Amino acid sequence: MKKNHFLHKHQKTLAPLLSLVLIILITASVTPGFLSIQVVDGHLFGSLVDILHRGTPTALVALGMAVVIGTRGIDLSVGAVIAISGAVTAVLTVNTDWPVWLVIMCALGVGMLCGLWNGILVSVFSIQPIVATLILMVAGRGIAQMITEGQIVTFHSEVLDAIGNGYFLAFPIRVWIAIGMIILTLVVMRKTALGLFIEAVGANVRASRLVGIEARLLVMSAYVFSGLCAALSGIILAADIRGADANNAGLWLELDAILAVVLAGASLAGGRIYLLLTIVGVLIIQTLTTAILTSGLPAQYNLVVKATIILAVLLIQSPKTRQWVSGFFLKKQKAVKGSTTP
Amino acid sequence: MINERNLPILATLLVFILLYGYGVYEYKGFRDTLVFSNLLTDNAFLIITAIGMTFVILSGGIDLSVGSMIAFVGVLMAYLISTAGIHPLFAIAIALLVGVAFGTLMGIIIAFFEIQAFIVTLAGMFLFRGLAYLINLDAVPISHPFITGLSDVYLPLPGRGGLTFIAMAMLVLLIIGILIARRTRFGMSVYALGGDSHSAALLGVPVKKTVIKIYALSGFYSAMSGVIFAIYTGSAYPLAAVGVELDAIAAVVIGGTLLTGGVGYVFGTFLGGMIQGIIQTLITFDGSLNSWWTKLAVGGLLLFFILLQKGIVMWVKKRSAA
Repeated sequence: MKKNHFLHKHQKTLAPLLSLVLIILITASVTPGFLSIQVVDGHLFGSLVDILHRGTPTALVALGMAVVIGTRGIDLSVGAVIAISGAVTAVLTVNTDWPVWLVIMCALGVGMLCGLWNGILVSVFSIQPIVATLILMVAGRGIAQMITEGQIVTFHSEVLDAIGNGYFLAFPIRVWIAIGMIILTLVVMRKTALGLFIEAVGANVRASRLVGIEARLLVMSAYVFSGLCAALSGIILAADIRGADANNAGLWLELDAILAVVLAGASLAGGRIYLLLTIVGVLIIQTLTTAILTSGLPAQYNLVVKATIILAVLLIQSPKTRQWVSGFFLKKQKAVKGSTTP
Repeated sequence: MINERNLPILATLLVFILLYGYGVYEYKGFRDTLVFSNLLTDNAFLIITAIGMTFVILSGGIDLSVGSMIAFVGVLMAYLISTAGIHPLFAIAIALLVGVAFGTLMGIIIAFFEIQAFIVTLAGMFLFRGLAYLINLDAVPISHPFITGLSDVYLPLPGRGGLTFIAMAMLVLLIIGILIARRTRFGMSVYALGGDSHSAALLGVPVKKTVIKIYALSGFYSAMSGVIFAIYTGSAYPLAAVGVELDAIAAVVIGGTLLTGGVGYVFGTFLGGMIQGIIQTLITFDGSLNSWWTKLAVGGLLLFFILLQKGIVMWVKKRSAA
């Protein structure tokens, strides 16, 4: 009985975790050596480490997206912000003698500015988030191209190389960066009033205003945070390929990020968000991608698989489905009861 | 005549005239009818997609799957014609049916499971792009006497310009769209839904049925756009039309349709699509500007029209309160 109660209480947490374990196990049974991890020069190598490595940019973006979705919003511009911050990093590294930390600060600052722009459109002009962020999504890649002057700018910098591909304590440095960011977000969202307020605004704007929460500033800060996360992800992606590609950097990443948040059980209608589960969602998506690649299927199968999974998850999450299913079981129960007591 | 409902479309018309006027004033070549007829041909697939999108946005929804649908329909057509050896006319019919079927499916999920249109059509966007990849990974030519025959249809206009089959098909679809929006019960239901879905339901509008029909219609228009795009380029490519959904939404918004739904005109969408085309043409005529200026200009116009809409809505609220 007690176990049952535990299962019931943690239903939402268990579903994504179980799916992740299931996907890893299935892939391991199909692809030999998927689970093996080797230590070379004190660095860990293997498919699982690779998943962590490749999942970092998505994880960072998803973190910001989760906070924005918590305020009942959405940020479609993250892909464009990634392109912009990558472009800023590359151009500043090539054209100036500035120290690396200053270049990184500039790239992060530009990302936050982009977020501020979105935030102002959403909270001051009260434009729907989909549309407000759509503007930057359309114009953002144009801005990135303007910064790089239409070229793929390649650069060389030891620090940035380390961020892209270096190792620290056996794990890739970028994974450590992501972990740091996750812990920071968790602390802010769970241990301070700020996190509570953000979810309150998402759950009910009017009620939170009545208890004295300044909604505008909170919504704006959520978008600024999302911009910061996207910029960080853009720096990592640019450092990874040692270049900035304004057209392709972070393409489709917004969709993966939204998918991860939804997989984690957050409602797009705002309110409660699940940060750690979002990371699990990212890992699910990345494992699927890696699994499809290592199984030898063309990479393009990815899209069909992802689409099918999103639709399945959405249908399962829909309150209507639950109503129908529970209605169906109730009828059955009644029928059984009716037959046993004549 | 000039009330707050018509203000956005009047602004659209003004922008259209100003941009076209600037082109005519600045460049000699712009004065030829060729430029105008080329605008009709080159933007036909965008405008057709945007007409379907207009209905979706009028009802307060959004359809992100249209760009992928264009690519999918093109690749499907190429497969049916080249590999399966089916006559293009049947191939087009099959492609359109598939488009409507997928649109209906998305509509059913949105209406009956009450999931936001945005996320359902996002899944559709992945799905169609993926299906296109499953059929074919490379760009393939669509060569059939019937298709080349269609691209040879030409109705000369005074000057050097002329209407191609593609332009004529677009204009016919535009008129059909205007008639559906203005002259049918379904069209009225769409406006009612976008205005206020609760009141619409209370007034006896069949909400679920209308929602399904809207996405089926958008599926039809984007599939049609895929057919036109295939005829226009004479080829099929699974990565074609990436980002067209955004251009289509931009065309609808620049065309004066309120993003919250309920207010707007199909004809405005036509103007919105043409304005994007003119911007591109002007940048090509200038020669010194790069292509990314198109994105910036479209983004800027999008912002301008959204703020204009907000301003008008606020002004109306104030006036009705006073």
